[in-house]
Amino acid sequence: MQAFLQTLIYGVETGAIYALIALGYTMVYGVLRLINFAHGDVYMIGAFVGFYACTQWLPFKDLSQHPEAAAVNIALALITLFLSMLLCALLGITIERFAYRPLRNGFRNADAHFWGFVIALPVTAFVGAMSTTKRQGALLFAGVVIGFIMRPVMAHLTKRIKPSSSRLNALITAIGVSLILENGGINVFGADPKFIPDILPKRQFSLLGVEFNSSRLIILIIAAILMAVLRYIVLYTRPGKAMRAISHDIDAAKLMGINTDRVISFTFALGASLAGAAGFMVAAFTNIKVVPLFGLQPGLKAFVAAVLGGAGNIPGAALGGLIMGVVESLVASRYPQWRDAVAFILLIVILLVRPAGLLGKNTAEKV
Amino acid sequence: MIQLRQKSSLFGALLLGVALFGIGCKDKEEAKPSGTGKTGETTDTASRGNTVTGDTIKIGEYGSLTGDNSTFGISTHRGIQLAIEETNAAGGINGKKLELISEDDNSKAEQAKTVVQKLVSNEKVIAVIGEVASSRSIMAAPVCQDAKVPMVSPSSTNPKVTAIGDYIFRVCFTDDFQAVVAAQFAWDQGYKNVAVFTDVKSDYSKAFGELFAKKFKTLGGKVAAEPTYQSGDVDFKAQLATIKGATPDAVLIPGYYTEVGTIARQAREVGLSVPLFGGDGWESDQLIPGAGIALEGCFFTNHFFSHDMTEPHILSFIAAFQKINPGKQPGALDALGYDAAKVIIEALKRAKSLDSVALRDAIAETKDYQGVAGKITLDANRNARKEAVLFKIVGKEFKIFKSYRPEQVGL
Repeated sequence: MQAFLQTLIYGVETGAIYALIALGYTMVYGVLRLINFAHGDVYMIGAFVGFYACTQWLPFKDLSQHPEAAAVNIALALITLFLSMLLCALLGITIERFAYRPLRNGFRNADAHFWGFVIALPVTAFVGAMSTTKRQGALLFAGVVIGFIMRPVMAHLTKRIKPSSSRLNALITAIGVSLILENGGINVFGADPKFIPDILPKRQFSLLGVEFNSSRLIILIIAAILMAVLRYIVLYTRPGKAMRAISHDIDAAKLMGINTDRVISFTFALGASLAGAAGFMVAAFTNIKVVPLFGLQPGLKAFVAAVLGGAGNIPGAALGGLIMGVVESLVASRYPQWRDAVAFILLIVILLVRPAGLLGKNTAEKV
Repeated sequence: MIQLRQKSSLFGALLLGVALFGIGCKDKEEAKPSGTGKTGETTDTASRGNTVTGDTIKIGEYGSLTGDNSTFGISTHRGIQLAIEETNAAGGINGKKLELISEDDNSKAEQAKTVVQKLVSNEKVIAVIGEVASSRSIMAAPVCQDAKVPMVSPSSTNPKVTAIGDYIFRVCFTDDFQAVVAAQFAWDQGYKNVAVFTDVKSDYSKAFGELFAKKFKTLGGKVAAEPTYQSGDVDFKAQLATIKGATPDAVLIPGYYTEVGTIARQAREVGLSVPLFGGDGWESDQLIPGAGIALEGCFFTNHFFSHDMTEPHILSFIAAFQKINPGKQPGALDALGYDAAKVIIEALKRAKSLDSVALRDAIAETKDYQGVAGKITLDANRNARKEAVLFKIVGKEFKIFKSYRPEQVGL
């Protein structure tokens, strides 16, 4: 019984992380009907931001040598948590702006300067030896100039090319973005495993024969707080309301004067910041290795969790994450080699039995 | 609340396909050795080996300079480079300088095979040094065997590596010995009941675990539990709780440092406080950052080298090493990389002609060569018969605790 309870606790701890990542999947699915496969890699970036903040950017001290620095470290860790969330939110917006929005809206005259910068980037990146500041200046200049050149081109293309509304295109783009982030990560960070040093005080205590670890409890608490904040934003704020409106009917929302592009950006930022928080917390509190494929497996599992709970349904994603974590933990305690397989068996079963997910509403496909 | 609007079964199937695609991506990077146990039969069309043509003698090296086990490759490379530079500074061999061509296999077995093919057929190297991880050596060795280019592994310990053929050598002991030493050590420490936690994806780990269990049982010990993990996993608590339930006296983890640190941390978290011990896969300067204080007082078997040793030849090696790498301490992998290169260099001096076939014969004759990581005599199976040491982890240091000669464990 104690062993069972212990396994259950471990499952909830893992599940909380899956839930945080799954929320990002489900929100984006809710507004765009897009499975954003790059989401797991945003989680990876969150972990790397945490790693660099803990080892280079911020004056953290290794607690095994400076036990007195605990209070300072906790404050710094909170800053790092917000930093991870912020940078990941920016990344989420960038991904949406760069990859999904052009796909959704096609070529637009107003985007001429955006495309100007996209073209200027490789051009200036490979021009001979140049200092970083000069290079940035060159990029800025070239971006603006090429942007003006692009204006008539854009005007022409807008008439010729219709935006694709294919979900398949968006999905494949998402996979592409994911691969870019993973392989870019290997280039930028290196593939060798990195470990965040012991920066936070950890306590171990047992209750009724079940072992608890303070750092894992903190993950649970922060996850719960973040989910509560998310729920508040979605239910009671104007952008949240707009998100819900878009998820009901994007065209009607547009007609009602909602700036859909801005709300979609906001959705990506929200989801990505949750993933960033999860990435930092896992890397810093459990000290597992941080590698560019850090987000691959958790990302896929969280995706299953989102489908399990009902894609597009926020409480469903949280529930799905918890169920995934517990099931996985129970299976792993007996048959560790089935740990990963069981997630996808679960996916198949749920798609067969209740394709809308546990909390999702099953509505007929509009044709 | 955001509600689901539409969902078609086709779309669901597509998602599933994509999910499986993702899993496929993950599997791609795992080491899947093949062609093991293949003996070096030669056919009529077989290559005649490579011959030195230019002004330099080309020696190839492949290693994990980046990727999962990058500290393995980087350490080994430092040792090899030192040996090459020393030889060149002393005038080279027969007036010809040595040229080291290093290739990075990204810690991937398929990549190891590709880069060794490149070394052997494009660069026409006369000998190849590498790898540390047995899975990668096993993948690349058949290439060297077929091309009749001798390959010297500095520290692959799986017995299968040199069984691939008569062109494959190693300058370290094998797991046949290392695992037996670990078993003898556990028994000598008074552990009667030991759990074995192996990595099912690593040839090294599996062989180590099996050989350990066999020897430990003949000594009279009991294997409490034999759960497994897969390299790349990050959550081991479920298996560790199973181990805890079996109440062992100690746990053997014959894995690589990339997972051992996390396993040790989580072992302490689930309340498993018994000593952990392992093999030479633990040797890395990333072991302690990964483990924190969780490995304090734990043990691992390793090659016969420590920067604490005070024999004159080791002191001069360390001095030379630190001249090139200021502020760094050499580890066993640096020493073995150095020894592997030195064995080839000594053989080059003895070889009847500067081609890879003659070089092979000269390497096979290596006897009582005093390497920095122990005396090297290559036996009929092209393995080195050497001492093993047990390191104890004290703070951030690895301290020599005990050493075993092959005779002491009945080999």
